[in-house]
Amino acid sequence: MAPWNPRMEEMPPEELRRLQFKLVKSLVYRLYSFNDFYRRRMKEQEVHPDDIRTLEDVAKLPFMYKADLRDGYPDRIFSAEQNELVRYHVSSGTTGKPTVVGYTERDIENWSESLARGFSSCGLGRGDVIQVSYGYGLFTGGLGAHYGAERVGATVLPTSVGNTERQIELMQDLHVTAIACTPSYLLHMGEVAEKMGVSIRNDTDLRMGFLGAEPWSEQMRTRIEDWLGIRAYDIYGTSELSGPMFTECTEQQGIHVWGDLALVEIVDPATGEVLEAGEQGELTITMLQKEALPMIRYRIGDLTAVEEGACACGRTHPRIGRIRGRVDDMLIIRGINVFPSQVEHVLLEIPQVGRHFQIVVDRKGALDSMLVRVEVSEEAFSDKITELMVIKRAVEHRLRSSLNVSVDVELVEPGSLPRFEGKSKKVVDRRSL
Amino acid sequence: MEKSYIVKQISIFSENRPGRLAAVACALRDAGINIFAFSIAEADGFGVVRALVDRPDDAHRTLTDLGFRVSFTDVIGVKMRDEPGGLSDIASILGDAGINIEYAYAYSGKDGAVLILRVDQVEDAIRQILGRGGELLKASLSR
Repeated sequence: MAPWNPRMEEMPPEELRRLQFKLVKSLVYRLYSFNDFYRRRMKEQEVHPDDIRTLEDVAKLPFMYKADLRDGYPDRIFSAEQNELVRYHVSSGTTGKPTVVGYTERDIENWSESLARGFSSCGLGRGDVIQVSYGYGLFTGGLGAHYGAERVGATVLPTSVGNTERQIELMQDLHVTAIACTPSYLLHMGEVAEKMGVSIRNDTDLRMGFLGAEPWSEQMRTRIEDWLGIRAYDIYGTSELSGPMFTECTEQQGIHVWGDLALVEIVDPATGEVLEAGEQGELTITMLQKEALPMIRYRIGDLTAVEEGACACGRTHPRIGRIRGRVDDMLIIRGINVFPSQVEHVLLEIPQVGRHFQIVVDRKGALDSMLVRVEVSEEAFSDKITELMVIKRAVEHRLRSSLNVSVDVELVEPGSLPRFEGKSKKVVDRRSL
Repeated sequence: MEKSYIVKQISIFSENRPGRLAAVACALRDAGINIFAFSIAEADGFGVVRALVDRPDDAHRTLTDLGFRVSFTDVIGVKMRDEPGGLSDIASILGDAGINIEYAYAYSGKDGAVLILRVDQVEDAIRQILGRGGELLKASLSR
């Protein structure tokens, strides 16, 4: 598909690297001069902007972690004034304090530009109707896809998540040609449609999907494509980078990460050492043009590899492969991030259950299900079934309100859950993606 | 006086999966403890085994040592006529007195039929049953 910005997307690799170096240089000087957080970090690491003489010298710069954003809550590490910001997005705060991301007008511009390139590389443009079934609001998915799609001239149908039957009716009535949502939500939609007597393949104009916000596999792509009769494209991003930003092209050979906006490194999660192209490691990104909340060597925690060579589509920018997993133990349940430590935290506040637990994740139909197995404490044990059921429901309720995900709780006998010495394995993930 | 009719039932938390009742029963067998009445109440994924045994304290210790969650519950055992109307006699006494039965189970032993009851007002239930000519198991039968 024709590039949105041919000069940039098909820039010869050497020229792209020179551009990246120039952008890194000015970013580092700017932050060293005007941002206390980065100046302190660089001083601690004993690196000065003058030490960055080649693009490879980026490896001398300090890493940045999610904890830095949390510690800087809400906006202490921003490098723009509040009156320059046009928007905030806020993460769900699943591991504790939420993280706030601010955007200048230019940040929103670059974000939309990034997705416009991705969307058009898959053939989305004027004449298309795209249903955006990612959540709108503090979450970046809905508005991110929305602005990107408007940029390429598509007509946006901002359905957000939920009310699936209505979404299917609208998909038919308004001749929707593209959808942006999680892969599992699209599968769910397909099932609901069938129950309504609607075949997405035969009774709608849907022909492409931009699917992300949770890990999925090639097998799942094949299943979605064969069943629904569409092309399914991977879309990637996190709120810290702006939101969903990068997609595959029609070649479906990796996600194009625009080198003028982001510099990708893959590092060894244990040592932080930069790995070669093709090697699996932790995705680390430097956002080269962000104004409000710049990112230098941000360790995202997703495991993947950089694909070598130009894409058959003619675009020259680096590509990343499918996300293989996480460095930490984060789970993604129905698009929501869940850490086992959060479950532990909730259980510790409930005296009726012990502190041992096990999380079993499964996929029922198209949707994830999460079961938490807990042991009843001695004090709480009553021979009355009703009282035990009250405990079970209370634990379910507490977990649900803390994790934002519905949870089934199973009461088990004391001592029956596995105990671990050292690193525990508290999650049994039975999903096949 | 009423106290001597309060029987200590042991209640055991059990997951609802194969082999759990066997584990409880084998432990009691190995400790030489006799079960003379029991029932299982099941819920979502788990159950509670309730039993009257000849040595409740020993049973409690044995099962707790094995890691089971065990508690004692006060119940009463009412002798029933083993013929039509036997249950209704007792249920009516309690119903008339406004005493609620939380759960019940019955067995027919060598000395006749017995109804085991967990009620919300134990001593009141004992007085009512004795007052209306009913006969209760002595707690001393389980020591």
